[in-house]
Amino acid sequence: MRAAVIQFPGSNCDRDMAVGFDRASGDNNRAQLVWHKESNLPKDIDIVGIPGGFSFGDYLRCGAIAARSPIMRSVIEFAKKGGYVIGICNGFQVLTESGLLPGVLMRNSNLKFVCKDIELKVETTKSAFTNAHKIGDVVTYPVAHHDGNYTADTEILKALHGDDRIAYTYVNNPNGSVDDIAGILSDNRRVLGMMPHPERMNDPALGGVDGNKLFESIASALVSA
Amino acid sequence: MKARVHVTLKNGILDPQGAAVKHSLGALGFEGVDRVRQGKIIELELSETDTAKAEEQVKNMCEKLLANTVIEDYSVEIL
Repeated sequence: MRAAVIQFPGSNCDRDMAVGFDRASGDNNRAQLVWHKESNLPKDIDIVGIPGGFSFGDYLRCGAIAARSPIMRSVIEFAKKGGYVIGICNGFQVLTESGLLPGVLMRNSNLKFVCKDIELKVETTKSAFTNAHKIGDVVTYPVAHHDGNYTADTEILKALHGDDRIAYTYVNNPNGSVDDIAGILSDNRRVLGMMPHPERMNDPALGGVDGNKLFESIASALVSA
Repeated sequence: MKARVHVTLKNGILDPQGAAVKHSLGALGFEGVDRVRQGKIIELELSETDTAKAEEQVKNMCEKLLANTVIEDYSVEIL
Protein backbone atom coordinates (compact mmCIF):
# COMPACT_ATOMS: atom_id res chain seq x y z
CA MET A 1 0.00 0.00 0.00
CA ARG A 2 1.42 3.34 -1.05
CA ALA A 3 -0.04 6.12 1.03
CA ALA A 4 0.39 9.88 0.81
CA VAL A 5 -0.39 12.01 3.86
CA ILE A 6 -1.04 15.68 3.17
CA GLN A 7 0.47 18.28 5.50
CA PHE A 8 -0.98 21.76 5.92
CA PRO A 9 0.32 24.44 8.27
CA GLY A 10 -1.43 23.48 11.49
CA SER A 11 -1.91 19.79 10.71
CA ASN A 12 -1.45 17.30 13.51
CA CYS A 13 -1.25 13.51 13.77
CA ASP A 14 0.05 13.50 10.20
CA ARG A 15 2.97 11.28 11.22
CA ASP A 16 0.68 9.10 13.35
CA MET A 17 -1.43 8.55 10.27
CA ALA A 18 1.65 7.64 8.22
CA VAL A 19 2.70 5.18 10.94
CA GLY A 20 -0.81 3.68 10.86
CA PHE A 21 -0.55 3.07 7.13
CA ASP A 22 3.00 1.70 7.39
CA ARG A 23 2.25 -0.71 10.22
CA ALA A 24 -0.80 -2.07 8.47
CA SER A 25 1.13 -2.66 5.26
CA GLY A 26 4.16 -4.01 7.15
CA ASP A 27 6.45 -1.62 5.38
CA ASN A 28 8.20 1.05 7.43
CA ASN A 29 8.67 4.56 6.10
CA ARG A 30 6.70 3.92 2.97
CA ALA A 31 3.95 6.47 3.48
CA GLN A 32 4.96 9.79 1.99
CA LEU A 33 4.29 13.14 3.59
CA VAL A 34 3.23 15.71 1.01
CA TRP A 35 3.31 19.48 1.66
CA HIS A 36 0.19 21.40 0.69
CA LYS A 37 2.04 23.63 -1.77
CA GLU A 38 2.90 20.68 -3.99
CA SER A 39 0.64 20.60 -6.99
CA ASN A 40 0.92 16.88 -7.72
CA LEU A 41 0.56 13.73 -5.64
CA PRO A 42 3.43 11.24 -5.84
CA LYS A 43 2.99 8.69 -8.62
CA ASP A 44 1.23 5.35 -8.06
CA ILE A 45 -0.43 6.32 -4.83
CA ASP A 46 -3.12 3.94 -3.50
CA ILE A 47 -4.59 6.15 -0.83
CA VAL A 48 -4.43 9.75 0.35
CA GLY A 49 -4.74 10.61 4.04
CA ILE A 50 -5.82 14.08 5.16
CA PRO A 51 -4.88 14.46 8.81
CA GLY A 52 -6.40 16.26 11.73
CA GLY A 53 -5.35 19.54 13.22
CA PHE A 54 -6.27 23.14 12.71
CA SER A 55 -5.08 23.86 9.19
CA PHE A 56 -4.50 27.57 8.58
CA GLY A 57 -5.63 28.26 12.14
CA ASP A 58 -9.24 27.37 11.26
CA TYR A 59 -9.42 30.83 9.65
CA LEU A 60 -12.61 31.69 7.75
CA ARG A 61 -14.12 28.20 8.34
CA CYS A 62 -12.47 24.97 9.48
CA GLY A 63 -10.78 23.36 6.48
CA ALA A 64 -11.86 26.11 4.06
CA ILE A 65 -8.41 27.43 3.18
CA ALA A 66 -6.83 23.97 3.09
CA ALA A 67 -9.55 22.75 0.72
CA ARG A 68 -8.43 25.38 -1.82
CA SER A 69 -4.69 24.69 -1.53
CA PRO A 70 -2.71 23.52 -4.59
CA ILE A 71 -2.39 19.86 -3.53
CA MET A 72 -6.13 19.53 -3.03
CA ARG A 73 -6.73 20.00 -6.75
CA SER A 74 -4.74 16.79 -7.28
CA VAL A 75 -6.49 15.05 -4.41
CA ILE A 76 -9.91 15.93 -5.86
CA GLU A 77 -8.82 14.68 -9.26
CA PHE A 78 -7.46 11.48 -7.66
CA ALA A 79 -10.75 10.90 -5.80
CA LYS A 80 -12.83 11.57 -8.91
CA LYS A 81 -10.88 8.87 -10.71
CA GLY A 82 -11.84 6.41 -7.96
CA GLY A 83 -8.86 6.88 -5.66
CA TYR A 84 -9.17 6.16 -1.94
CA VAL A 85 -9.11 9.11 0.44
CA ILE A 86 -9.49 9.22 4.22
CA GLY A 87 -9.93 12.48 6.11
CA ILE A 88 -9.78 12.46 9.89
CA CYS A 89 -11.05 15.33 12.06
CA ASN A 90 -9.83 18.48 10.28
CA GLY A 91 -9.36 16.17 7.28
CA PHE A 92 -13.11 15.47 7.34
CA GLN A 93 -13.74 19.23 7.38
CA VAL A 94 -11.37 19.65 4.42
CA LEU A 95 -13.26 16.93 2.52
CA THR A 96 -16.66 18.59 3.03
CA GLU A 97 -15.22 22.01 2.16
CA SER A 98 -13.70 20.61 -1.03
CA GLY A 99 -16.97 18.99 -2.06
CA LEU A 100 -15.68 15.41 -1.91
CA LEU A 101 -18.16 14.64 0.86
CA PRO A 102 -21.60 16.20 1.32
CA GLY A 103 -22.81 18.26 4.27
CA VAL A 104 -20.88 20.41 6.68
CA LEU A 105 -19.30 20.30 10.14
CA MET A 106 -20.59 23.08 12.34
CA ARG A 107 -19.63 24.34 15.78
CA ASN A 108 -20.38 21.73 18.47
CA SER A 109 -23.92 22.25 19.72
CA ASN A 110 -22.76 22.87 23.31
CA LEU A 111 -20.06 25.25 21.99
CA LYS A 112 -17.38 23.36 23.88
CA PHE A 113 -14.18 21.88 22.53
CA VAL A 114 -14.56 18.17 23.16
CA CYS A 115 -11.40 16.17 23.89
CA LYS A 116 -11.85 12.64 25.21
CA ASP A 117 -12.04 8.96 24.28
CA ILE A 118 -15.48 8.04 22.98
CA GLU A 119 -17.25 4.94 21.74
CA LEU A 120 -18.27 4.57 18.12
CA LYS A 121 -20.51 2.03 16.49
CA VAL A 122 -19.54 0.60 13.12
CA GLU A 123 -22.57 1.02 10.86
CA THR A 124 -21.35 -0.57 7.65
CA THR A 125 -18.74 -3.14 6.69
CA LYS A 126 -19.10 -2.41 3.00
CA SER A 127 -16.10 -0.14 2.64
CA ALA A 128 -12.35 -0.48 2.36
CA PHE A 129 -12.13 1.25 5.75
CA THR A 130 -14.45 -0.94 7.80
CA ASN A 131 -14.34 -4.38 6.16
CA ALA A 132 -12.42 -5.94 9.08
CA HIS A 133 -15.39 -5.16 11.37
CA LYS A 134 -18.79 -6.64 11.99
CA ILE A 135 -21.78 -4.29 11.90
CA GLY A 136 -22.46 -3.05 15.41
CA ASP A 137 -18.83 -3.40 16.56
CA VAL A 138 -18.03 -0.75 19.14
CA VAL A 139 -14.58 0.86 19.02
CA THR A 140 -13.06 3.53 21.24
CA TYR A 141 -11.26 6.40 19.51
CA PRO A 142 -10.31 9.83 20.82
CA VAL A 143 -12.10 12.94 19.60
CA ALA A 144 -10.59 16.41 19.83
CA HIS A 145 -12.59 19.05 18.02
CA HIS A 146 -14.65 22.21 18.31
CA ASP A 147 -16.50 21.84 15.02
CA GLY A 148 -17.68 18.27 14.63
CA ASN A 149 -21.41 18.83 14.55
CA TYR A 150 -22.30 17.15 11.26
CA THR A 151 -25.25 18.68 9.44
CA ALA A 152 -26.77 18.04 6.04
CA ASP A 153 -30.11 18.66 4.38
CA THR A 154 -32.81 16.00 4.43
CA GLU A 155 -32.08 14.84 0.89
CA ILE A 156 -28.42 14.19 1.67
CA LEU A 157 -29.33 12.41 4.89
CA LYS A 158 -31.80 10.25 3.03
CA ALA A 159 -29.07 9.29 0.56
CA LEU A 160 -26.55 8.59 3.34
CA HIS A 161 -29.00 6.31 5.15
CA GLY A 162 -30.50 4.75 2.02
CA ASP A 163 -27.15 3.94 0.40
CA ASP A 164 -25.53 2.62 3.58
CA ARG A 165 -22.99 5.45 3.58
CA ILE A 166 -22.86 6.15 7.32
CA ALA A 167 -19.65 4.48 8.43
CA TYR A 168 -19.66 5.26 12.17
CA THR A 169 -22.10 6.72 14.68
CA TYR A 170 -21.45 7.98 18.22
CA VAL A 171 -22.74 5.83 21.07
CA ASN A 172 -23.04 9.04 23.13
CA ASN A 173 -23.19 12.00 20.78
CA PRO A 174 -20.54 14.54 21.96
CA ASN A 175 -21.21 17.37 19.50
CA GLY A 176 -24.83 17.43 18.35
CA SER A 177 -24.23 15.70 15.01
CA VAL A 178 -27.43 14.87 13.19
CA ASP A 179 -28.39 11.19 13.59
CA ASP A 180 -25.25 10.73 15.77
CA ILE A 181 -23.13 10.67 12.60
CA ALA A 182 -19.38 10.38 13.25
CA GLY A 183 -18.17 9.32 9.80
CA ILE A 184 -19.55 9.09 6.26
CA LEU A 185 -18.61 7.60 2.91
CA SER A 186 -18.75 9.12 -0.58
CA ASP A 187 -21.21 7.71 -3.08
CA ASN A 188 -18.51 5.45 -4.58
CA ARG A 189 -17.60 4.39 -0.99
CA ARG A 190 -13.93 5.26 -1.52
CA VAL A 191 -13.77 8.50 0.42
CA LEU A 192 -14.24 8.38 4.19
CA GLY A 193 -14.49 11.37 6.49
CA MET A 194 -14.66 10.92 10.25
CA MET A 195 -14.21 13.19 13.26
CA PRO A 196 -12.66 10.63 15.71
CA HIS A 197 -8.96 9.76 15.53
CA PRO A 198 -8.18 6.05 14.89
CA GLU A 199 -4.49 6.94 14.39
CA ARG A 200 -4.32 8.10 18.01
CA MET A 201 -5.43 4.70 19.24
CA ASN A 202 -3.21 2.22 17.44
CA ASP A 203 -0.51 1.42 19.96
CA PRO A 204 -0.74 0.11 23.52
CA ALA A 205 1.33 3.13 24.59
CA LEU A 206 -1.50 5.36 23.36
CA GLY A 207 -4.07 3.57 25.50
CA GLY A 208 -5.48 1.11 23.01
CA VAL A 209 -5.22 -0.53 19.63
CA ASP A 210 -8.79 -0.25 18.27
CA GLY A 211 -7.52 2.05 15.52
CA ASN A 212 -5.49 -0.75 13.97
CA LYS A 213 -8.68 -2.29 12.59
CA LEU A 214 -9.24 0.66 10.31
CA PHE A 215 -5.72 0.61 8.89
CA GLU A 216 -5.80 -3.17 8.56
CA SER A 217 -9.09 -2.93 6.67
CA ILE A 218 -7.51 -0.47 4.27
CA ALA A 219 -4.37 -2.58 3.84
CA SER A 220 -6.30 -5.77 3.10
CA ALA A 221 -8.70 -4.02 0.70
CA LEU A 222 -5.91 -2.31 -1.21
CA VAL A 223 -3.65 -5.36 -1.39
CA SER A 224 -6.40 -7.56 -2.76
CA ALA A 225 -7.65 -4.82 -5.12
CA MET B 1 -13.04 50.31 -4.59
CA LYS B 2 -14.18 48.72 -1.38
CA ALA B 3 -16.56 45.84 -0.96
CA ARG B 4 -18.19 44.48 2.13
CA VAL B 5 -19.46 40.91 2.32
CA HIS B 6 -21.97 39.80 4.94
CA VAL B 7 -22.02 36.07 5.58
CA THR B 8 -24.90 34.70 7.63
CA LEU B 9 -26.25 31.27 8.40
CA LYS B 10 -29.22 30.28 6.29
CA ASN B 11 -32.64 30.34 7.88
CA GLY B 12 -33.42 27.00 9.41
CA ILE B 13 -29.78 26.26 10.24
CA LEU B 14 -29.34 26.03 13.98
CA ASP B 15 -26.92 28.70 15.23
CA PRO B 16 -25.52 27.54 18.58
CA GLN B 17 -23.36 30.67 18.92
CA GLY B 18 -26.33 32.95 18.33
CA ALA B 19 -28.32 30.96 20.88
CA ALA B 20 -25.52 31.35 23.45
CA VAL B 21 -25.34 35.11 22.84
CA LYS B 22 -29.13 35.37 23.26
CA HIS B 23 -28.91 33.44 26.52
CA SER B 24 -26.11 35.67 27.78
CA LEU B 25 -28.02 38.85 26.88
CA GLY B 26 -30.95 37.52 28.88
CA ALA B 27 -28.65 36.84 31.84
CA LEU B 28 -27.45 40.47 31.67
CA GLY B 29 -31.03 41.66 31.97
CA PHE B 30 -31.67 42.61 28.33
CA GLU B 31 -35.26 41.66 27.83
CA GLY B 32 -37.22 41.12 24.66
CA VAL B 33 -34.47 39.59 22.52
CA ASP B 34 -36.41 36.99 20.56
CA ARG B 35 -33.62 35.70 18.38
CA VAL B 36 -29.89 36.21 17.77
CA ARG B 37 -28.08 35.12 14.63
CA GLN B 38 -24.31 35.47 14.40
CA GLY B 39 -22.49 36.02 11.12
CA LYS B 40 -19.35 37.66 9.80
CA ILE B 41 -18.31 40.67 7.79
CA ILE B 42 -15.45 40.53 5.33
CA GLU B 43 -14.10 43.78 3.88
CA LEU B 44 -12.19 43.79 0.62
CA GLU B 45 -10.20 46.49 -1.13
CA LEU B 46 -10.30 45.95 -4.86
CA SER B 47 -8.34 47.49 -7.73
CA GLU B 48 -11.42 47.16 -9.98
CA THR B 49 -13.10 50.52 -10.63
CA ASP B 50 -16.27 49.33 -12.36
CA THR B 51 -19.01 48.71 -9.78
CA ALA B 52 -20.81 46.00 -11.74
CA LYS B 53 -17.59 44.12 -12.45
CA ALA B 54 -16.49 44.42 -8.85
CA GLU B 55 -19.78 43.03 -7.62
CA GLU B 56 -19.56 40.14 -10.06
CA GLN B 57 -16.00 39.43 -8.94
CA VAL B 58 -16.88 39.44 -5.24
CA LYS B 59 -19.93 37.21 -5.77
CA ASN B 60 -17.64 34.73 -7.48
CA MET B 61 -15.29 34.91 -4.45
CA CYS B 62 -18.24 34.22 -2.16
CA GLU B 63 -19.27 31.16 -4.16
CA LYS B 64 -15.73 29.79 -4.28
CA LEU B 65 -14.40 30.60 -0.82
CA LEU B 66 -15.90 33.30 1.35
CA ALA B 67 -19.18 31.50 2.09
CA ASN B 68 -20.07 27.84 2.41
CA THR B 69 -23.31 27.95 0.48
CA VAL B 70 -24.44 24.64 2.01
CA ILE B 71 -25.25 26.51 5.22
CA GLU B 72 -24.49 30.18 4.59
CA ASP B 73 -26.05 33.05 2.66
CA TYR B 74 -24.03 36.06 1.59
CA SER B 75 -24.71 39.58 0.44
CA VAL B 76 -22.29 41.93 -1.28
CA GLU B 77 -22.13 45.68 -0.75
CA ILE B 78 -19.95 47.81 -3.02
CA LEU B 79 -18.89 50.91 -1.09
